Amino acid sequence: MRSVVPILTVVAAIILLWYGASIALNADWARDKATRAGTQLTFTELVADTWNQRKPKLPAPHQVGAEIWKTTGEMVLKGRGFSKRSLIYHSWVTFSATVLGFLLGTALGTLLAVGIVHNRTMDMSVMPWVIASQTIPILAIAPMIIVVLNAVGVSGLLPKAMISMYLSFFPVAVGMVKGLRSPDAMQLDQMRTWNASRFQTFFKLRLPASMPYFFTSLKVAMAASLVGTIIGELPTGAVAGLGARLLAGSYYGQTIQIWSALIMAAVLAAVLVGCIGVLQRLTLNRMGMA
Amino acid sequence: MGWLVFGFVFWIGGWQLNAWLARRRPATPMIRFIVPVIFGVTLIVVWECAVRGLGVSKVLLPAPSDIGHALARSTAILWMDFVQTVIKGAMSGYILGCGSAVAVAIAVDRFDFLKRGLLPVGNFVAALPIIGMAPIMVMWFDFGWESKAAVVVVMVFFPMLVNTVQGLQDTGAMQRDLMRTYGASYWQTLLKLRLPAAMPFIFNGLKIASTLALIGAIVAEFFGSPVKGMGFRISTSVGQLAMDLVWAEIVVAAIAGSAFYGGVALVEKAMTFWHPSQRGRT
Repeated sequence: MRSVVPILTVVAAIILLWYGASIALNADWARDKATRAGTQLTFTELVADTWNQRKPKLPAPHQVGAEIWKTTGEMVLKGRGFSKRSLIYHSWVTFSATVLGFLLGTALGTLLAVGIVHNRTMDMSVMPWVIASQTIPILAIAPMIIVVLNAVGVSGLLPKAMISMYLSFFPVAVGMVKGLRSPDAMQLDQMRTWNASRFQTFFKLRLPASMPYFFTSLKVAMAASLVGTIIGELPTGAVAGLGARLLAGSYYGQTIQIWSALIMAAVLAAVLVGCIGVLQRLTLNRMGMA
Repeated sequence: MGWLVFGFVFWIGGWQLNAWLARRRPATPMIRFIVPVIFGVTLIVVWECAVRGLGVSKVLLPAPSDIGHALARSTAILWMDFVQTVIKGAMSGYILGCGSAVAVAIAVDRFDFLKRGLLPVGNFVAALPIIGMAPIMVMWFDFGWESKAAVVVVMVFFPMLVNTVQGLQDTGAMQRDLMRTYGASYWQTLLKLRLPAAMPFIFNGLKIASTLALIGAIVAEFFGSPVKGMGFRISTSVGQLAMDLVWAEIVVAAIAGSAFYGGVALVEKAMTFWHPSQRGRT
């Protein structure tokens, strides 16, 4: 609790910096406009102008806030919360692809980890590739996957989820291998003295022992999965989703729209990772590990 | 059909060979090296056979031999893209971002108040999809490599900051007390005790940042770039359905990424030879 004041101070400093930067970045355009109108701006007028431009280089926080409210809260009040112009709709599109990809990736990563832990051949041949693949900029192939799957006739949710799956499956695989191996020789020997089968050892010792690792890698995987979905939404030609909003915003120079999509993505990431954090605390508490 | 059978047989053979190698004790470094190589080779052979045997269209998935052809045919283009994206975009952003993050971390470290506030915020920001800043950076810094470097700076800054701040806290009270008994000044303590102690954390950050840097530079090119660069080539070639060139770019990106990461890991090994995580390995 004693970190609340420092955190709030840092956040306040960031917002202050943001306002300052938006004055600095937008001042040129404001002065330009004034010279063309043949007027001189006083300092207060200049500040007021830089914070209220229609297409600023850097929109001020309150402009982004207003845009977000206009595209979420206000549309709900009008009863059109799921219209294509509302950010809720776009966030929902991104959210569903993210979660689907995340679930697929987690399942695949866990399966792979179980195989690697139990099969020496698989460990020696696959594990180095799993680690090496983390150093490869996988996101670069995202547009290709989308286009290729589109050509086969698969479109919509699934291609994006595939990219998320690809990104989220590595952290889970690596984390789970570590976790499933975390019981030490003593504990494994104890299982052997009890004449436990491999199945029993797995479900009663290895799997419970891997839980802290599991949740830590789930958080990384969720963040990676969201990034994957947003990138996956770029090459579909800006149809729907937060990534599409980013692209459309950059086509038409709608900076306020870009920033509001960015903030929504940040909120989404915070909520998703926060959910896993809560789940982690509940599970580990019940298991007596936290 | 023949291709499919050959691929299947090759797969079984490779797997059996690996299983036999994996059972041999003790596992020498040679075996540890050769097993994944065999696995990789079987994967490529199976891919080639599957593409030929099933007659998969080149647009969907080109065979490895096609990709090899494209690699050999367009080395000039690939090299130009490599220089534009990796050397100019990713590298300059990486050095700038990591350097400033370490500097800020040392500054923050002097004030406990800032540290307590900045660490949670930094951790939070490190989990955000920062890559979304790419269109904004392209708008601010224009289409050239400068905007890509800017995206990379923003992407690597927070992971690096968090790691360095954590690393600087990693010295024990005993060690710091010893420095005090020596009458060491703040800067002496920093240079001779705390920075060396922070090295494993700093290198961890550098490794994470090395992957992020390449991703940032490539993705930023999707939002606009001059007529060269890996991201530009990938997005335009996908549009022209020239998949072999796309795959060639991906191979280059993979090699560049692994080499980048491997280089950082090598420097780490040379600089943190004293750390238990490095000493354990032979």
